[in-house]
Amino acid sequence: MGRYFLKRMLSMIPLFFVISIVVFLFIHLIPGDAARMIAGKNATGGDIELIRQQLGLDKPLLRQYLDYMGGLFTGNLGMSYKNSQTVWSLLVPRFPITIYLTICSITWSALIGIFLGVVSAINRGKALDLVGMVVAISGLSIPSFWLGLELMQLFSVALGWLPTGGVDDWRGYIMPSLAMGAGIMAILARVTRSSMIENLGKDYIRTARAKGLPESKVIMRHAFKNSSIDVVTVAALQIGALIAGSVVIETVFSIPGMGRLLVDSINYRDYQVVQALIMFFSLEYMVINLLADVLYGVINPRVRFD
Amino acid sequence: MAEKTKLKGAPGEGDATAATAGAGASEFARGEELPRAQSPARQFLKKFLRRKTAVAGFVFIVLMLVIAVIGPSVVPYDPNQYDYSALLSGPTAAHIWGTDEFGRDVFSRLVAGTQLSLGTALTASVIGTAAGVVFGLIAGFCGGLVDAFIMRVCDVMFAFPGILLAIAVVAIIGPGLTNVMIGVAVFTVPSFARIIRGAVLEVRSELYVEAARSVGCSSRRIMFVHILPGTMQALIVNFTMNVGGAILSASSLSFLGFGASVTQPEWGAMLSQSRNYLATAPHLVLFPGLLIFLTVLAFNLFGDGLRDTLDPKLN
Amino acid sequence: MQDALLEVRDLKVEFKRDRKSWITAVRGVSFSIHAGEIVGLVGESGCGKSVTSLAVMRLLSKATSRTSGSVVMDGRSILELSDREMRDARGNDFSMIFQEPMSSLNPIMRVGDQLAEALRLHNDLSREEIHARSVEALRLVGIPEPEVTLRNYPHELSGGMCQRVMIAMAMSCEPKLLIADEPTTALDVTIQAQILALMERIRAERNTGILLITHDLGVVAETCSRVIVMYAGGIVEEAPVEELFERPRHPYTKGLIASVPRLGRRVHRLPSIPGSVPDLAAMPAGCRFAPRCPMARPACEAKVPALVQVGEGHRCACPYAAAGASVEYAAGIGGLADGAGAADATAAASGATGDVSAQDAKGVPTHE
Repeated sequence: MGRYFLKRMLSMIPLFFVISIVVFLFIHLIPGDAARMIAGKNATGGDIELIRQQLGLDKPLLRQYLDYMGGLFTGNLGMSYKNSQTVWSLLVPRFPITIYLTICSITWSALIGIFLGVVSAINRGKALDLVGMVVAISGLSIPSFWLGLELMQLFSVALGWLPTGGVDDWRGYIMPSLAMGAGIMAILARVTRSSMIENLGKDYIRTARAKGLPESKVIMRHAFKNSSIDVVTVAALQIGALIAGSVVIETVFSIPGMGRLLVDSINYRDYQVVQALIMFFSLEYMVINLLADVLYGVINPRVRFD
Repeated sequence: MAEKTKLKGAPGEGDATAATAGAGASEFARGEELPRAQSPARQFLKKFLRRKTAVAGFVFIVLMLVIAVIGPSVVPYDPNQYDYSALLSGPTAAHIWGTDEFGRDVFSRLVAGTQLSLGTALTASVIGTAAGVVFGLIAGFCGGLVDAFIMRVCDVMFAFPGILLAIAVVAIIGPGLTNVMIGVAVFTVPSFARIIRGAVLEVRSELYVEAARSVGCSSRRIMFVHILPGTMQALIVNFTMNVGGAILSASSLSFLGFGASVTQPEWGAMLSQSRNYLATAPHLVLFPGLLIFLTVLAFNLFGDGLRDTLDPKLN
Repeated sequence: MQDALLEVRDLKVEFKRDRKSWITAVRGVSFSIHAGEIVGLVGESGCGKSVTSLAVMRLLSKATSRTSGSVVMDGRSILELSDREMRDARGNDFSMIFQEPMSSLNPIMRVGDQLAEALRLHNDLSREEIHARSVEALRLVGIPEPEVTLRNYPHELSGGMCQRVMIAMAMSCEPKLLIADEPTTALDVTIQAQILALMERIRAERNTGILLITHDLGVVAETCSRVIVMYAGGIVEEAPVEELFERPRHPYTKGLIASVPRLGRRVHRLPSIPGSVPDLAAMPAGCRFAPRCPMARPACEAKVPALVQVGEGHRCACPYAAAGASVEYAAGIGGLADGAGAADATAAASGATGDVSAQDAKGVPTHE
């Protein structure tokens, strides 16, 4: 188990470096001159040169990359031009908000999605299955920002139960996490259902029944445990989409998180911040994938021994 | 499935196989008694029509495509015509889905915007799919280093999850509907490259490609005549599903302000303005969002139906 | 003779074909099994032998099938038990092992946990007692290091070992009846012999009644004391094993036996039964074997012949059959091949074991 975990960790390292190179190059991929874009139309040649120096764009490319990587590990991510603050000091207060929002969304969507999937699978072809699958395909098709706006319309404007935006207390997280998790809830429900249907047809289910196990144990201990392997695999892939979804949801609900900061920074051409945020989001995705791999190994003994 | 085959178990079937295996030649004659097999297309149609939700999805898609083509010329109002006498009016007889903050007719804007929204998503999907197919075919067919390289590039692209890649692309090349289209297309590429590569590897191991190789077909011929058709089903199903996702992504980007300009009647962009009028004009949120939802739903239902009909084992 | 352990009377199993119509897979099946005997149930693919056993265990899905007739196990009418009572009986009074030992064990559960599950369910035992009983159960089936195997996952074991574990699991609560559905089909020939010897030992030591479902007449000859031959959903002949092999009466049985290759008897082409098993949806009105029977006469097609006593413990469903009368089957390979196709033909051609059919348990829809 320890070796498996270590192997997964090590396999992340080359990917991390490749991604860091790509994100580093980001600022160089901007057509024209990044410094000129940042400085704006009315800037003088001197201004642009100053910005170029500040960004380190005048140094050789390799040197720039090494500086960048050094900064990444020491927390020195450069300056935000818009706010005259270090990028790091911009990220720190926003970080827990986005993480908290993401965790809330994952939790409710996994619970509901898996529940819907299991119920649909064991009632295959019946009314409950239909209801579950209608909910699932709707969740898959609904634009999260629209769901967010309609929730706001209902619970904040019409009923006045919840705040329209911000995250001053826990109530502020309810609607954003609902809107953010709808899509992944739907996907998990669909995967759980099809995996459960497949596993319920397997030979070992017949064995479990032949032992005299009650149906609830046949379903949960045998079928669902096997299905959870598929569910974890798919969930890991989808959580990426969820993270990216925070960009949209934080904008809808005016939540001062990383996603909102990304949108604002792109609009202000605050490239150092954009660069740091893109790095952050892909790192977050890598970490979640690693966690999913570990979980996968815990559930599936066949992987551990390879 | 096995159950059905067994219960129906046409008596001739097994005999035919046994006969090909070099057994009792006298049994061969029985094969002729078999009812004539229906053409694959008709069989497909018959199976597909049984799925009512998929048919409904398909009908809705066709309707939207028609609106996309003729929409701008049949709308009751000019979608960009201001009417200061009817600002933020709710649904009335004159404006069935109400008007926005400039008095523009929401219905007309949505109908006219169909071309923009659907066009962006469809174009992005087509470009992304085509590129993905090419890379997937190359990776799967060449194998070795080329395969490893393409797949690692895909891995890196996957590390920028969901619409983040599209956002990054837009951040680099700047906002605008065309750039949104490019962004969405880019993030379609890796998933299609993977799907097609997987399908190619599967098809490649099958006998008929071996056979084609052994009679000396050229690589390119094998790729296009033998392998590509084998991946067609996976391609069609995933393309359909992808269009739904592309509509969501493109409208999200427009909603964030990276896509269509404020004057363009793109569905997502219309929603981004409506947020400020949630209390006074809820219809501004309802109709554009509902339209996006229904269109995406239609593509997903159609895609589900296609998948179940074409490849029951995928379900 | 003592009372039968299992008494099946007029069993009928139907499967749902579509919303309105049902297809009969098994009809009019009656037989009994006594304690301490191994009864063979043989027949081609799709003849209903697996369906019969699953119906007895009530493991067929209620949504897609219905079962009628009577199944009496140890004085209790199985088909009338509540679901709860049925669960208590399953794995406890009678248990079942299956064709594919590898896939019949849960891949992500340790062998020990799977064994303990049945023990805990049917007995009130402490952790230590369960462990001790598990070790004992594995030892009974000849597993050399039970303590190690208990901690293994199924993928770490061979097919033969898995089947031993399955048998240990089935036998752990000391059932009176064991139903074995093609237990050796998926195994190597040497392992097959070991598993069969194990079943024979269990029978002798525990006085367990065993219903052995197989398509392999070699297995039957080696292991069983009595044989039931099924064809197209019904029993065509039943006899003690020597009687059946020496004096088969039903033309179908004769064909089956004739098509088994024997050592020391060189023939270029094995005789075979022409045609194939009739479609369940289009069963002949009279004798279901008539279309393939070389001795069929017009009367055969009018009425299903009854299973009548023809000798000591010997029943046969053909009024024209007589012991010794020879039935002519043309030589030719492949006639026995049925819906399962080419695999059968090759198996029949090459197999020294005399495969009547390929594995048939797969297509049976089980309880969902």
